[in-house]
Amino acid sequence: MLAVESLTRTFGGVAAVSDVSFSVRKGHVHAVIGPNGAGKTTLFNLISGVYTPSAGTVKLDGEDIGGHAPDQLARKGMSRTFQNLQVCMNMTALENVMLGAHLRCRSGILGSLLGLTRRADAALREASIAAMDFVGVGAWRDAHATQLSFGVLKRLEIARALQAGPRLLLLDEPAAGLNDSETHEMTALIRRIAEDGVTVLLVEHDMKMVMSISDHIVVMDQGRKLAEGDAAAVRKNPDVIAAYLGAEE
Amino acid sequence: MRFSRFKALLATAAVLVVLPFVLPNNFMLDIAIRIAFAAVAAIGLNVLMGFAGQISIGHAGFLAIGAYGSAIAATRFGWPPLLAIPAAAALCAVLAWVIAKPILRLKGHSLTMATLGLGLIVNIVLINEVGVTGGPDGMAAPPLEVAGFALVDLRHWYVVAAVVLWLVILLSLNLYDSPCGRALRGLHGAEVAARVVGVDVALFKTRAFVMSAVLASVSGSLTAHYVGFISPQMASFAHSVELATMVVLGGMASTFGAVLGAALLTMLPQLLGGLHGYESILFGLILMLTMMFLPRGIVPTLALKLGRKR
Repeated sequence: MLAVESLTRTFGGVAAVSDVSFSVRKGHVHAVIGPNGAGKTTLFNLISGVYTPSAGTVKLDGEDIGGHAPDQLARKGMSRTFQNLQVCMNMTALENVMLGAHLRCRSGILGSLLGLTRRADAALREASIAAMDFVGVGAWRDAHATQLSFGVLKRLEIARALQAGPRLLLLDEPAAGLNDSETHEMTALIRRIAEDGVTVLLVEHDMKMVMSISDHIVVMDQGRKLAEGDAAAVRKNPDVIAAYLGAEE
Repeated sequence: MRFSRFKALLATAAVLVVLPFVLPNNFMLDIAIRIAFAAVAAIGLNVLMGFAGQISIGHAGFLAIGAYGSAIAATRFGWPPLLAIPAAAALCAVLAWVIAKPILRLKGHSLTMATLGLGLIVNIVLINEVGVTGGPDGMAAPPLEVAGFALVDLRHWYVVAAVVLWLVILLSLNLYDSPCGRALRGLHGAEVAARVVGVDVALFKTRAFVMSAVLASVSGSLTAHYVGFISPQMASFAHSVELATMVVLGGMASTFGAVLGAALLTMLPQLLGGLHGYESILFGLILMLTMMFLPRGIVPTLALKLGRKR
């Protein structure tokens, strides 16, 4: 579904991502791992249109989407969350999730000014509450975003991304900053999302989580792809052990 | 929002109906009418600043285009004011769109700088085009005519002002809780997040800018026909700052905050008659103090305090 080919991005001569290729299969959970500074988040920003690639291509269902703006990618069925949370702190939790459904709403000026969207909004409200329940933050539906804890905000971002109705969901370090039990819940949530038919691509530090939910893993180090394969293959790869797993143990 | 839209509108209607019977004299009624017209512009600017988070320091320019546009069309070309007002508003809409379209592709504060330029240009044109605008001396604007009936009585004007204000509040409250309103507030809160869920940020910022320009124009036109005389002062930088102060003081993204801000800043010079000429210093001071002590503005701060007690 997603094909990344020789993707490169340089910042003032430094290659943050260099010649990375891999492909994402529909319905699978894919993970990108690697030590700090390996270029994982840059890779994510390239795929999701936040950065423009210096070289290489990103193809979604065969169509080159490299350099497309994020809002265009959303139209094509791609949604994402952020490592450093991007929640609208000037809105309520529920409004944040409702914003996720932007593309499914009639968002013209006149209809909005005249209140013609009210009935559709009531239905959207229900659907958004259901999405909040799905990710486990339904109890905070009336809270303002500023009142929520980090763990709740992380899941709120996922609810918002899901409301966009993505085919491909990019999760940027979904377990970062979470404690063990929260990580456990997050793992279960990602599994449920994948079971619902949404293809997931995630960047993560937590090895236990990555190993337990990923169908396919890409290991990065210093901007390059070091190895790829399923959890067992990656775990055995000597380069990976030397660069990452070995260094940690 | 804690109060339902319906209750808020009902309460507003009640206040607007009762107000003329409570106000002791025509002087107060006059101020109420001015407040209502200023509030129309403030509510519009709130859509741009409070909802979308884009700062304009040249909105008096749109206000003046509305005022002069409608006055010139009515006096020089004999248009009926009821036609001249929407025509001036349409002109402002097109102008705002033309300005915003290229600029909003850029990042940062370029729109703010452009609005500053717009305000200055309008001001200078109004002063220099003596033949059309009357230059620094200003020009007269004919009274509003509704179905062949010229509005001169204060009470009639009050009815017009109250109805217009109520309708604009209705539109603004509708917008707040709509997909368009959420997109605007969302791109203010977290622009990247809004983009990844599909919000075309430049488009929505342009829409907010156009809406605010149209409301500023309508406010300017109505004020011109009401006061009967307009001057380039209307497009001054000080006036732009005054409009922005209304929004910030009342409370960003709060419709009733914009109304309160308009009320306070319109009444203040009347209360402090002795300070004539120093109002802009006062407005600047209010802006600074608000940012320091009430960064959310009056209405949202109060709403939060009351909400906590409950």
